[in-house]
Amino acid sequence: MKQNLIFIIPIILFSLLSIFLGIGLFLKPKEIPSALIGKTIPLFNLPPVSEKLNGLKDKDLRLGKPVLVNVFASWCGPCRIEHPLFMELSRNPEIIIYAINHKDNPSNAIRWLDLYGNPYKKIGSDLDGRVSIDFGVYGVPETFVIDGKGCVQYKHISVLTKEILDREIVPRLKGKKHVKCKLKQ
Amino acid sequence: MTAEIGQFCMILALIVAASQAIIPQIGASKRDYSLVLFGKYAAIIQLILILIAFLCLMHLYIISDFSVLNVWQNSHSEKPLLYKISGVWGNHEGSLLLWVLILALFGAAVASFSKNLPPTLVGRVISIQAAIGFGFLILLIFLSNPFARISPTPINGSGLNPLLQDPGLAFHPPFLYLGYVGFSIAFSFAIAALIEGKVDAAWARWVRPWTLAAWCFLTIGISLGSWWAYYELGWGGWWFWDPVENASFMPWLIGTALLHSAIVVEKRDTLKSWTILLAILAFSFSLLGTFIVRSGILNSVHSFASDPGRGVFILVFLIITIGGSLALYTWRAPNLKGGGLFSPISREASLVINNLLLMSATATVLLGTLYPLILDAISGEKVSVGPPYYIGTFIPIMTPLVVVMGIAPMISWKRSDLSGVLSRFWICILITIVAGLVTLFLTYKGPILAVLGIILSVWLISGSIADFLERIKLFKVSFNDSFKRIINYPRSAIGGTIAHAGVGILIFGITISSAFELEKIQSVKTGDRVQVGNYIFEFKGTEISRGPNYDAIRGNFDVYKGNDLIIKMQPENRSFINPEMVTTEAAIYPRNLGDLYAVLGEKNPNNTFSTRLYYKPMINCLWLGCLLMALGGFISLSDRKYRIGAPKKRFIEKNRTLGLYN
Repeated sequence: MKQNLIFIIPIILFSLLSIFLGIGLFLKPKEIPSALIGKTIPLFNLPPVSEKLNGLKDKDLRLGKPVLVNVFASWCGPCRIEHPLFMELSRNPEIIIYAINHKDNPSNAIRWLDLYGNPYKKIGSDLDGRVSIDFGVYGVPETFVIDGKGCVQYKHISVLTKEILDREIVPRLKGKKHVKCKLKQ
Repeated sequence: MTAEIGQFCMILALIVAASQAIIPQIGASKRDYSLVLFGKYAAIIQLILILIAFLCLMHLYIISDFSVLNVWQNSHSEKPLLYKISGVWGNHEGSLLLWVLILALFGAAVASFSKNLPPTLVGRVISIQAAIGFGFLILLIFLSNPFARISPTPINGSGLNPLLQDPGLAFHPPFLYLGYVGFSIAFSFAIAALIEGKVDAAWARWVRPWTLAAWCFLTIGISLGSWWAYYELGWGGWWFWDPVENASFMPWLIGTALLHSAIVVEKRDTLKSWTILLAILAFSFSLLGTFIVRSGILNSVHSFASDPGRGVFILVFLIITIGGSLALYTWRAPNLKGGGLFSPISREASLVINNLLLMSATATVLLGTLYPLILDAISGEKVSVGPPYYIGTFIPIMTPLVVVMGIAPMISWKRSDLSGVLSRFWICILITIVAGLVTLFLTYKGPILAVLGIILSVWLISGSIADFLERIKLFKVSFNDSFKRIINYPRSAIGGTIAHAGVGILIFGITISSAFELEKIQSVKTGDRVQVGNYIFEFKGTEISRGPNYDAIRGNFDVYKGNDLIIKMQPENRSFINPEMVTTEAAIYPRNLGDLYAVLGEKNPNNTFSTRLYYKPMINCLWLGCLLMALGGFISLSDRKYRIGAPKKRFIEKNRTLGLYN
């Protein structure tokens, strides 16, 4: 009998799998609150992905104006989906978009930007993902709203949609729904 | 009228499938062979009906009948004929019809070529085949009808995605489906064997050619897709670990495992329940792949438009088919007693290692593919798993696999001693060590993975050659005798050797092309020269060119080596009108030792063009390796032992005395 138990393993694994597939079928992108909201950004200084572009450091996020920070990678499929939205957004001179290139080969990142366009004013290359960890990044893509004082206002995980953009991000870029940071550092 | 004929044939096929699923099954359990015979005819009738439906749809596409919704959505009157035809399977409904057609084709093939099989087994196999077909026909008729009409009839169609208008991709889905669906035969045989409670060497001999054929087609299908990505996407990449690519890769890995474990069942009458499980899994993963692609459950660059209704149907179908067969497996498999024992160092053991590693690789890919989904289901987080994960996990699994692969064909069945085997391989070991050291020296402080890749490929290629030479006993017996041995060498063994060497060449191609690729990205104006390795690209400006259904900006590059003009390269940037979309058409010039690859990018405001130029050394080895793998499979398939139900005794005896069937 004990030996026969082995033969049950495949069906148990499959049952688990089908539960996940079933849930997955009805999932909608959800927002989850981030523990980092209302906290100060970490100190960092990331090199650029190429000599022609600008790198990104924490001071760039403290220039008095709210900014968007998009975490992306060339190997990330969903990033491709949200990218046109950033392209559209970048046509508005009022909006500043920065990016952290997460665990990505810089030359691939350049190729990617070549193909899909570069909406980012500055891009920090986070090769080993250390800065992303400090930012509490779970995976790519993620998008942050940072106020002009380096305080995280909002974080969106996964593909950015027009709906989220209009409802959550644009108001915060205009300074609404502001969260005050506790003094740190 | 044509659409209605197609629709009617699909409904008839559904009814035939229902009776084909039930009647031969009853016939098999009651030992009433006339009922089994009914099933055989039903399988052929079903093929004819679905073929008519398929041809109807193709006809509608060729004449551009836009009163049919599917044609209107995916075609355009100005599209070249080839893409009107390939447009038939370039969408969800049409490709599903192709799926069902191929399923019916395999069912009819089993029904027609089954003279040597026990009638009860045939009855059960074609019944199960029909049951699968029934499920898909329901999906086709009720949820994805390709023949639905629209009114009023639009004047012109909305066109096919230009990326898909490509010869490589036109034939990619049919081959892929021949592979996917081909595994349904192994699946049906496995279920039939579980019902009958009997798995023996003869069973394995029947299953193997079908599995092998499916595997060859799948190999070709995947390679075509990869080749398409290489020259059409304009990235210079050929594999992206995209969920849809993984969906085709997983059945391939399991199919490979199944091919090898079926050998053990055939020759040594053991590993039975494991082989049955693999046969079920290979097809289950094909179904899972279909689900992933059709339900839109995972983000992917090339998934079809998703529809939750279809997703629910396919999931329920998946649960019934896979869940049902695994339940049957749980119930019946413990009764399948294996025969032969073997020692840890034997052919059997090496094939067990092969199987374990291939399954681990599959599990890795499955986890990577579904991890974003699982995480989403548990915590609502959305992530993307990228190449870093796959490279990190895949290489450590593949490395031991390739090491074992190199020597396994020389290990004898049942019991062998490693020192004996290795002593026959001393020359390969020597060659491999030298190759490794040379690479290490040449690429001092270079990528360490390159050294590993070279070592593995040299080991595998030299091992395959050594295996061949050893078997024909070159220089050990007279030349005449060696020649006789080549003549009598069973094709299945030649095929295996070629396929193994193909894997070696593939690894070589992957290693060299990714480690030593040269890449230059720059903005150029007319007259600019860019050096890439030994080659100089001179930009001669652009011109406008016009294709059948697009306008293109064509860049002109003169490529020099030294002072000699070797080729003019013309990468294009194509703007399609229906639908509106821009695609890049890379210019590729294959040379013996590597490809020159040029891509024309966007025009910059200061009248320069962004361009990407590559030199991709040994990339042709990649395609050659894939080709050899498929070729090896086909050669093995032509072995006479598959054509006659069981090998003639005398033939086997003769070869056994020659030591060829060891």
